[in-house]
Amino acid sequence: MKQVNQVKLGAEYIAKTAHREMHDRCLWAARMRRDKVAASIPEWEEMRELASEIKLHTLSNLDYYLEQFAKNAEANGIHVHWARNAEEHNQIILDIFKAHNVKVVTKGKSMTMDECGMREFMAKNGIEINEADLGERIQQLDNQRPSHIVMPAIHKLRSDVASLFARTLGSDPKNDDPHYLNSVMRADMRKKYVKVDAGMSGANFGIAETGGIVVCTNEGNADISANLPPLYVATMGIEKVIPRQADLPLFIRLLSRSALGLDMTQYTSHYHGPRKGQEMHLVILDNGRSERLAAKEYWPVLKCIRCGACMNTCPVFRRTSGISYDAIYMGPIGIVLEPSYDLYKYARLPYSCTHCGSCGDVCPVKVPIPELVFYWRSEVVRHGYGQPTHNIEEGLAEPLLKSSSNLAIAEKLGLWALRHIPESIAESAVNPWAKAHKDPIPPEETFRQYYNRVIKPGEEKNEKSDQ
Amino acid sequence: MKIGFFVPCYIDAIHPQAAKSTYGLLKKLGLDVEFIERGACCSLPELDMGYISHACTLEKGIVPYIVDKGYDYVVVPSGICTDQFRDHFDGVEQTPEVIHFRSTVHDPVEFLHDILKITELPGKPSFPYRVALHNGCHSLRYLNEARPTELMIKPFDKCADLLRLVDGLEVGYATRRDECCGFGGTYSIWDPSCSGQQGRDKVNDYQRNGFRYVTSQDMSCMIHQQTVARKLGLDLKMFYITEILNGDAQP
Repeated sequence: MKQVNQVKLGAEYIAKTAHREMHDRCLWAARMRRDKVAASIPEWEEMRELASEIKLHTLSNLDYYLEQFAKNAEANGIHVHWARNAEEHNQIILDIFKAHNVKVVTKGKSMTMDECGMREFMAKNGIEINEADLGERIQQLDNQRPSHIVMPAIHKLRSDVASLFARTLGSDPKNDDPHYLNSVMRADMRKKYVKVDAGMSGANFGIAETGGIVVCTNEGNADISANLPPLYVATMGIEKVIPRQADLPLFIRLLSRSALGLDMTQYTSHYHGPRKGQEMHLVILDNGRSERLAAKEYWPVLKCIRCGACMNTCPVFRRTSGISYDAIYMGPIGIVLEPSYDLYKYARLPYSCTHCGSCGDVCPVKVPIPELVFYWRSEVVRHGYGQPTHNIEEGLAEPLLKSSSNLAIAEKLGLWALRHIPESIAESAVNPWAKAHKDPIPPEETFRQYYNRVIKPGEEKNEKSDQ
Repeated sequence: MKIGFFVPCYIDAIHPQAAKSTYGLLKKLGLDVEFIERGACCSLPELDMGYISHACTLEKGIVPYIVDKGYDYVVVPSGICTDQFRDHFDGVEQTPEVIHFRSTVHDPVEFLHDILKITELPGKPSFPYRVALHNGCHSLRYLNEARPTELMIKPFDKCADLLRLVDGLEVGYATRRDECCGFGGTYSIWDPSCSGQQGRDKVNDYQRNGFRYVTSQDMSCMIHQQTVARKLGLDLKMFYITEILNGDAQP
């Protein structure tokens, strides 16, 4: 199996200037809006701390809250299913669909279903799934994964969408007016909505006390999926449970402010059971979560509420786009989450980080992403999955750096090279640094040499005169 | 008060002026400063890349020279290395001496601002220019030397406080004042595309805001930004903060 190479894929996106600049500008604007609305709430930092503590408490008592949640959900008339992994999740839903003779489905955005490869599985089984979220639908038409968990097609220019719609929906390729493009999508999707057999969505929160789920969207894509068809199937990761209804407002206040700098999502929908004449199913998914919960180094990653704030602030993500991570979860949370699914395949992801720490500071539930990056890098090396170039580099560095005398020799060699190797060679393709940088101008002497030449003789002279 | 002065490898080799100015400033303040001659690498490059066992070897190697000498404080002219010692020096036995070292190691900004609490600079340095202040990410978010723009807490900025003691100096910031410049240690070597793009965005931000001078408490960021600016042919000059505080910065 091939390892994902974010550096290479990222470089391809960086080279597309118009895309990169648009992507960086849009996401930085989201980060600025987030700062503005957060600053307007005096208790913002207390809210983050409280949300983190509620998540830590719930995760520490997850068995209790999950059982309470499932019991109450069933009492509300929801059919509750437990899925250990992606295969079970997909099979459970397929069985429900078969029992109801479902052929066409409309679906709200769900990262959890993406994680299970649910859409591809259903397609193989002859079930047509139509995404109701605009960005997600664009990505579906383009046969591409979402590039951001909240803004799935944010890496595309309007003109990309215009040519995609022209290719797949027969619209005018030259017209990239957003109103026109929206009307094209609306006309296409409305035809589908009226004939769907079932609707699907994810869930942002499950409330143990009430047995209801809460779904937050900005387009009502979950709502059309839940409210129109006679059958509604939702999926929720086990970590999405919170104890009480009274805990919910805190998370609602944090979620959209962190994600997009909006006070609230446009739709915050509470589903506490099927409506009259409808059947409602909820699949509760583990898929490695309980293993993660048992791992003392990285279980706090389960606090994540999937807001995407870490992506908006990440200087690497903003320039390389979510597509470059070639994974379900991308950006800062992706590089600390994906290695727990497949360490070898995603061994390079934890290195797509400059350690700036901004992700940890914007996270509304204080997932310690910067610490987890350190942790995963050490795990990559411990398992022997370090890149050969890194192994050589760090292997050579150890003896060179380990004593002051070796270091002095290394410095002398380095400075000799800087002074004597002609620029045409030093700044050629063999030197990756030279791609973006000039070489530093070498100093006349190191501090150590200066110390031995100037400071030390002076100190010795002073000592003698003191005696 | 006995102070150990630890000079990081990249400072020693590439920008020794940062060490000279820091050492000079501490001496001018009348302090008993001893250069840690046998100091080697703080282990950050190894730890950063996940090579824990290599990092342990390096950490063990320098303990006799930085920990066992009984310094009251150790001053390190580099935010990233100071953070390494304080937050990640876990590869050696945590003796009372190691714990003391980790809690008394400071970069010059913390040392001048929080320990010495200076209100004036020796020699009354002057630098009558607008200077962009780049708070390096480690100093900002791990050493807490200023309020990161993400955090909704009371604003403060220790570097700016110190720079305001310099005659005529006007502190300014890039528009994206604390976005990472893309150095990231070895990151700048194995992801030159993204690191370079971040660097170009940063120096262009200074340029758009009309800055000619930039300073930081992290010389690693400055070396990266300076060499990116030179590649682009931009007229920008970068200084380590003590070069300005000690009156050594030449416009």
